[in-house]
Amino acid sequence: MSSPPLIEMRDIVKVYPNGVVANDGVHFTVEPGEIHALVGENGAGKTTLMKILYGLESPTQGEIRLRGRPVHFRSPLDAIAHGIGMVHQNFMLIPSFTVAENIVLGQEPRHRMLVDREAALQITRELSQQYGLRVEAEAVVDSVPVGMRQRVEILKTLYRGAEILILDEPTAVLTPQETQELFQAIRALVAQGKTVIFITHKLREVKEISDRVTVMRNGRVMGTLPTAQATTDQLARMMVGRDVLLTVEKPPAQPGEPVLEVRDLTYVSETGRTMLRDVRFTVRAGEILGVAGVEGNGQTELVEVLTGLRPATGGSARVRGREILNATPRQVRLSGVAHIPEDRLNNGLALTATINENLIVDRYFRPPFLRGLFIDSQVVQEHGVRLIQAFDIRAPGGDVPVASLSGGNMQKVIVAREFSAEPVLLIAAQPTRGIDVGATEFIRRQLVEKRSGGTAVLLISADLAEVMSLSDRLVVMYEGQITGVFPQVDRVSEEELGLYMLGLRRQTPEEMEAYL
Amino acid sequence: MSIGLVLRGIFSALFVASVLRISTPLILPALGGLISDLAGVINIALEGIMLVAAFTGVVVSAYTQNVWLGVLAGLAVGTLFSLILALFHLYLKTDIILAGIALNIMAQGGTVFLLFTLTGDKGSSASLASGTVPRVVIPLLHDVPVLGTILSGHHIFTYLAFLLAVVVAVFLYRTPLGTHLRAVGENPEAAASVGINVVRVQTIAIGLSGLLASLGGLSLSMAYLSFFQNNMTAGRGFIALAAIFLGGRTPWGTLLAAVFFGFADALANQFGSLQVPPQWVQMIPYAATVIALVVYNVRRRRQAIERARRMQEQLHAQGTAFGGGD
Repeated sequence: MSSPPLIEMRDIVKVYPNGVVANDGVHFTVEPGEIHALVGENGAGKTTLMKILYGLESPTQGEIRLRGRPVHFRSPLDAIAHGIGMVHQNFMLIPSFTVAENIVLGQEPRHRMLVDREAALQITRELSQQYGLRVEAEAVVDSVPVGMRQRVEILKTLYRGAEILILDEPTAVLTPQETQELFQAIRALVAQGKTVIFITHKLREVKEISDRVTVMRNGRVMGTLPTAQATTDQLARMMVGRDVLLTVEKPPAQPGEPVLEVRDLTYVSETGRTMLRDVRFTVRAGEILGVAGVEGNGQTELVEVLTGLRPATGGSARVRGREILNATPRQVRLSGVAHIPEDRLNNGLALTATINENLIVDRYFRPPFLRGLFIDSQVVQEHGVRLIQAFDIRAPGGDVPVASLSGGNMQKVIVAREFSAEPVLLIAAQPTRGIDVGATEFIRRQLVEKRSGGTAVLLISADLAEVMSLSDRLVVMYEGQITGVFPQVDRVSEEELGLYMLGLRRQTPEEMEAYL
Repeated sequence: MSIGLVLRGIFSALFVASVLRISTPLILPALGGLISDLAGVINIALEGIMLVAAFTGVVVSAYTQNVWLGVLAGLAVGTLFSLILALFHLYLKTDIILAGIALNIMAQGGTVFLLFTLTGDKGSSASLASGTVPRVVIPLLHDVPVLGTILSGHHIFTYLAFLLAVVVAVFLYRTPLGTHLRAVGENPEAAASVGINVVRVQTIAIGLSGLLASLGGLSLSMAYLSFFQNNMTAGRGFIALAAIFLGGRTPWGTLLAAVFFGFADALANQFGSLQVPPQWVQMIPYAATVIALVVYNVRRRRQAIERARRMQEQLHAQGTAFGGGD
């Protein structure tokens, strides 16, 4: 190729003040008009690299060239001025502002000294039409669905004149249908001359949407290749450095006695929204019941109500016949429930406490950990060593703070604690969210093993492929209700589940009755 | 004196006028506090800023024999004082509550120390010949019975307070800077991602809150009274914070809540003439604050539950037929 690449990042090194080397001599090039997938495990340095490109982080060393010319971005403003836009994984929107206000934020059209609201609406509608990204200009962002929020984010970058769009794991929160819609939008953008960098760790999406793919591992680039020439197995190996089991081997389930029986569970939030409505289902010993659904349809509330973190408004939930609603979290745990919370940083771990300490927070008050008035540090130490080994937690030792671990290893600390509690019911919420392929594989295998050993597992996951591959039975939640139940997961397609997740299809209570 | 006289007092034009007068040093800091609160930096130092401005205004006007120089100096020093909060919280990363408390203590001790140094009196600046801002007599209106009494003849700060409520509302909701300020308060990361300088916006917000709180302080020492008194703010900076929350974090709500607290204060003055222990009477504004906040929260909760119930009934009425897309 004679003309220089659109973007050329050369020899990028990023060392954070705490000594973590996030990028270690990265070369990354993007050609104009391509869809370039950037894949890698968590902590591989993808996001750091993109933050450098977007001016959010400055590289310790290295050079960025745009159309052959060296550039220095001191802030996102510089990057925006050079036509680079980024759609972040957690949306960067102001919930109480309207769609139009969000799109023009920071560069408002003005009339005299004031913000010209009419012009903002006009701009939004025009952009929306030009790129075929459907939004409601006057709607308050808080009240629009996730898919639209994402389109708002994309329009935001386009309003700022983006020619190069960086999308950071854009499909993580979407249904299959919404994902297809997004892919169409991306193709339309490229057709209008834009260039897209697509960060993901879903290899299937890489194959589907991208022209070229760059794989990162441990802060280095493992290779860039045309997508057509790469297989998913090959990409997975490049990401992890060894062969990975992408599917979980699962012996047939042997469901036993009902362990968790949820009946007519209702929860009204403090702000008065009905988040759970007449939810009923049963989880039996030795099976995994999966809960699928677009995030924000009551899954979080369901888990928190069942684990004693929120009061229920009505209904009942029994574990082996014993009511657990509105009990304290400790009472719930003492009746045999373990909980892998979706928000591991806030609810799963005490970040500044050590691994050993985190491993005993649910049991320090019992012997052998408690001896008289004091905690037996010898026992805690041995307990930590045992679990760190059994659950392959990669850490220099049990007495380092959990905050120093990678996301995957943090999650393993939680998994180690919850699994070793020998629960009769395990509630796992987003157990593999945002963690690397290796740890994901490990945790999924552990879940299946536990279930085969007779534990009842309630699995909530926004990753449809995950719930589908792990669950023995599956329910879909939509707007706080169970709208479909699938006793045989292999008999249903992702697309069909997607219809239920979007609320376009639902089963009648009579249809579901027999399976709940 | 009988309760009848008190009641007659309340329903008089003079009483309404006194509510407006007494509300002034609440409205101004409350509006200021609202600006910084919406920017995500709660200014707990309003009280201290008011004291510093009140003191500076009196001293400068006494030594220059110019009221307006006093006012200007009060505004300048009060605003600068508020920027110390910005410096500590935004640039040196101290906890904003701790920094705010420190400033309040510093203001209270510092003003008394300087007062004693200058006048030899720890209680008040009565020995200094400081000025007061003029009263505004509105021609024609002044002579209308009742209305004239209520609306005319106040100190300039009172009119300014109500005018500024409008200005602050326009600023917050219609100007680019106000919009950025609210964006920063709601999601600083998002604001930063579109190139808004979060620290700069928050510094401006704290500065503006300092400016408005300073006006409030000056209205105490150069209008409401004509001298500075040890701890003359008497918790108004904190009541102003309560007014923000009671007012639902909106300019109009805040204005109304501040006037309500002013009303409670004025009421206490009226009751002062009754055979009630003065401590009880002095409690009225503070008790009103607590009760108002409780009532407000209980009501909001009840409304929410009611709304939820109605929604649920509606859904049940529609049966399983409902199920919209996005």
